[in-house]
Amino acid sequence: MTKVTAMIRRVWKNLTAYVDGPLLGGVMLLVFTGLLTLYSASDGSWPRVLAQIINLGVALAIMWVVANVPPQRLMRVAVPLYFLGLMLLVGVAFFGEVVNGARRWLDLGVTRIQPSEFMKVGVPLMLAWYFDKNEATLRLRDYAIATLLLLVPVGLIVRQPDLGTAVLITASGLFVLFLAGLSWKIMAGLALAAGAAAPLLWSLLHDYQRRRILTLLDPMQDPLGAGYHTIQSTIAVGSGGGLGKGWMAGTQSHLEFIPERTTDFIFAVYSEEFGLLGNTILLLMFTTVIARGLVISANAPNLFSRLIAGAITLTFFTYAFVNMGMVSGILPVVGVPLPLVSYGGTSMVTLMLGFGILMSIQTHKRLLQT
Amino acid sequence: MARNSKVELRNTERELRFFRVRLAIAAGLVLLLFLALLGRFVHLQVYQHEYYQTLAEQNRISLVPVVPNRGLILDRNGEVLAHNYSAYTLEIDPGAAESMNATIDALSELVEISPRDRKRFNKLQEEVGNRGSIPIRTLLTDQEAARFAANRYRFPSVELRARLFRHYPRGEVASHVIGYIGRINDKDLESLQATGNWANYRGSDYIGKVGLEHSYEQELHGTTGYEQVEVDAGGRAIRTLARTAPVSGNTLTLALDIRLQEVAERAFGEFRGALVAIEPATGGVLAFVSRPGYDPNLFVEGIDPQNWEALNDSPDKPLTNRALRGQYPPGSTFKPFMAMAGLELNKRSPSFTISDPGYFTLPGVSHRWRDWKPGGHGVVDMRKAIVISCDTYFYGLANELGIDAIHNVIGRFGFGRPTGIDVSGELAGLLPSQEWKWKRFKQKWFAGDTISVGIGQGYNLTTPMQLAFATAVLANDGVAYRPHLVRQIQDALSGEKRLVEPNPVFEFKIRPENLQLVKGAMVAVTATGGTAARAGAGAPYQFAGKTGTAQVVGMKQGEKYDESKVAERLRDHALFIAFAPADNPKIALAVLVENGGHGGSTAAPIARQVIDYYLLGKLPEGMEPKADDEGDGHD
Repeated sequence: MTKVTAMIRRVWKNLTAYVDGPLLGGVMLLVFTGLLTLYSASDGSWPRVLAQIINLGVALAIMWVVANVPPQRLMRVAVPLYFLGLMLLVGVAFFGEVVNGARRWLDLGVTRIQPSEFMKVGVPLMLAWYFDKNEATLRLRDYAIATLLLLVPVGLIVRQPDLGTAVLITASGLFVLFLAGLSWKIMAGLALAAGAAAPLLWSLLHDYQRRRILTLLDPMQDPLGAGYHTIQSTIAVGSGGGLGKGWMAGTQSHLEFIPERTTDFIFAVYSEEFGLLGNTILLLMFTTVIARGLVISANAPNLFSRLIAGAITLTFFTYAFVNMGMVSGILPVVGVPLPLVSYGGTSMVTLMLGFGILMSIQTHKRLLQT
Repeated sequence: MARNSKVELRNTERELRFFRVRLAIAAGLVLLLFLALLGRFVHLQVYQHEYYQTLAEQNRISLVPVVPNRGLILDRNGEVLAHNYSAYTLEIDPGAAESMNATIDALSELVEISPRDRKRFNKLQEEVGNRGSIPIRTLLTDQEAARFAANRYRFPSVELRARLFRHYPRGEVASHVIGYIGRINDKDLESLQATGNWANYRGSDYIGKVGLEHSYEQELHGTTGYEQVEVDAGGRAIRTLARTAPVSGNTLTLALDIRLQEVAERAFGEFRGALVAIEPATGGVLAFVSRPGYDPNLFVEGIDPQNWEALNDSPDKPLTNRALRGQYPPGSTFKPFMAMAGLELNKRSPSFTISDPGYFTLPGVSHRWRDWKPGGHGVVDMRKAIVISCDTYFYGLANELGIDAIHNVIGRFGFGRPTGIDVSGELAGLLPSQEWKWKRFKQKWFAGDTISVGIGQGYNLTTPMQLAFATAVLANDGVAYRPHLVRQIQDALSGEKRLVEPNPVFEFKIRPENLQLVKGAMVAVTATGGTAARAGAGAPYQFAGKTGTAQVVGMKQGEKYDESKVAERLRDHALFIAFAPADNPKIALAVLVENGGHGGSTAAPIARQVIDYYLLGKLPEGMEPKADDEGDGHD
């Protein structure tokens, strides 16, 4: 008996050696909230929920594997991963499949992949690697090169077009720049330059993207077209009230007034059914995960780890903020899912991969120290 | 080495501190933005909650009116005169259709759509506008309905609906009584809004247009029900949350006997005219004829222009309700009432006689008012004056009574004002008086004006309805009941039956001996020597009547000139009033035959057939009115 228990204990110890408990706890709370909401959003049917559970299993496995990889080795794959991703993005631009008017997918024969998703991890890894390598001699030129490393993939992704992913990758890159110590003057300069470039960017945007931004200013301008999403999701949130209409009882969701209610707009379903109280709890869950991420970043042993941990955490925040902002009608509709809650395998895998990196940083440091 | 590492360590520490400051700034930003988000949630979910709650409910719940079944109309024996049946229609929503013609063209490949259907559709669209959907085809066969259903997706603006249709199984028979329903048009809408009934017509497409369908609209329509339906974003009904059932319209049972009506209508043959028969003891209208009639079924779904023009432009004016709105001089049918006035005002006694030279003169006036019989009737008392319809006798009587006395006494029989029958559109006729002439022409009344009033000419005008009513009052010894077509209303909800009670409008005290005299004379009219002797021959009941002839002054302006018709249209109108059995009248009626010539020859036989059927159940054989009826005399 004792032998068996001892063995089980050893296996358990090996399994959990590189897993960060607090982070995993926060993540799992969000994941279960997501499954609960997904069940309601699919009108009480199981197929989507089961599919999401499978996604979750795969993602957790990947997280575990990554968590077991020491950060030093992660650092080594940063450059190849970045350039592989870049090549795939170029491949998409030439051979990509068009789905819903956007060229985002690449058919590799075995499976279809969305290379822009890889870059969500690839870009911050690359930048963190770059800053770490040039840590001792950081000059303005390095920030310029880092900006270029960021803008090339983002430009390719904007062209697909996939505004949501482009925004997130840009954000992750900027977080690295910011944490790496980019001076406030230059940041102010960049902000001004971005402001000046806005008209140029505007002209590069697709019609539907422009419409989305205009719609945000006045959704009623086009209540059945571009404004429909925003109007209906805002109604869902507002009608939820303080305590919500109750699980499975949201009328806006169940009568199909909310489009894409299992994916990008799942927060409207949640908010309608659980109200302000639920929203507050959800914000606290996100805050918990983010706080843990920032703590890991703050305690990380080297610049690469710090930067990558901080960037991953802040990108995760950006995800959540952009999505909830868009559903509640204060940000334009961009295709950003609510992290860990929305249905979707790719984003789940990418997110868990990020959390795996965070865990790796935290747990390997601990092992080094002890 | 040690120093070096110390510097490096300090460096690292400084860098770490620097990094942590940046991280803290980021954390602060995270908190700030999350708080902003929370503020947004509070704004939406607390301060604007009610507003969004309302929007969500409006999104979700849709009130769908449930149209009630229209009430039935039955004759006095329960024969159905108006009912509803269910059938498929194809309807187009003009608001949703992009190109109406293209839609109809495409539809015509699936179901047959005739040019007539298209014309009717266009006409309806003009009338009804974009209010609701308009039928393009009605009465689809099952195959057609199935064919359309299979192609439904191609026609977003077209709907296949199973609907209740109004149907009048008797067609033309009693069409002027029953009337018809039609699509609600702008005018109907206005009046519904003005009377505050609009809410009850949400979802209703039809409303009574004329006849009983119009005047009993409130009873027939019923109360619209509502369903609170939960709808999804596509507008599809998911489930019914609450339902207020509609209340069907009430069932009208008429006093009218549809078999009697048919006998009466057939008795007219090709003649135009009107007949109203009343049950004197109740005022119930037994038959109500206006010839020619029309098929009311044509109007229900909107009449097509071709049929409409045929009806509207016909010189026979089939759409005019002659019984209610045709105003004719009563002619000699006026004489029994004149006689009553003379007797009641003691201007004449039964034994008073005149010697008739064949004309009447007023002192100081050269004009001679001629009797219809040149040379006159010799010695004439009141009874004889009625039996042979002596004009000279009544010229003198009218002169002695004076116009205002005539107006007052004869007015009590209902002349000169609407009888109050329960179908709208009734005209008042005209019973002249000094006051009336002054108001109308700003002219004094001349003694000479009174003379021809005595024989029902001059300014006198009555509707057949009025004449029948007056006859019923006379037959009923002066007790007048409001004439009514609807005898009983059965409440659809409670099943409770409301009887339209015999409703005495007024009682007119007439001395019995005077009644006896006038009624006796009217019985003699149909006996040998009377002006309707031929029509009255062999009647096994006491048949009281009075013939009349109304002169047609001339052709009205604008009437189509048709050589063969002119002569016919200039002939006199024939009139006849009657009641039977005279000692206990069960039926009183008035007949008017346009251009029928003499009352005794064309109008009286129609009355005889109607009374024979009503009292004896005898169906008439020969329908042709006998034109060569010289032996019956003249009036």
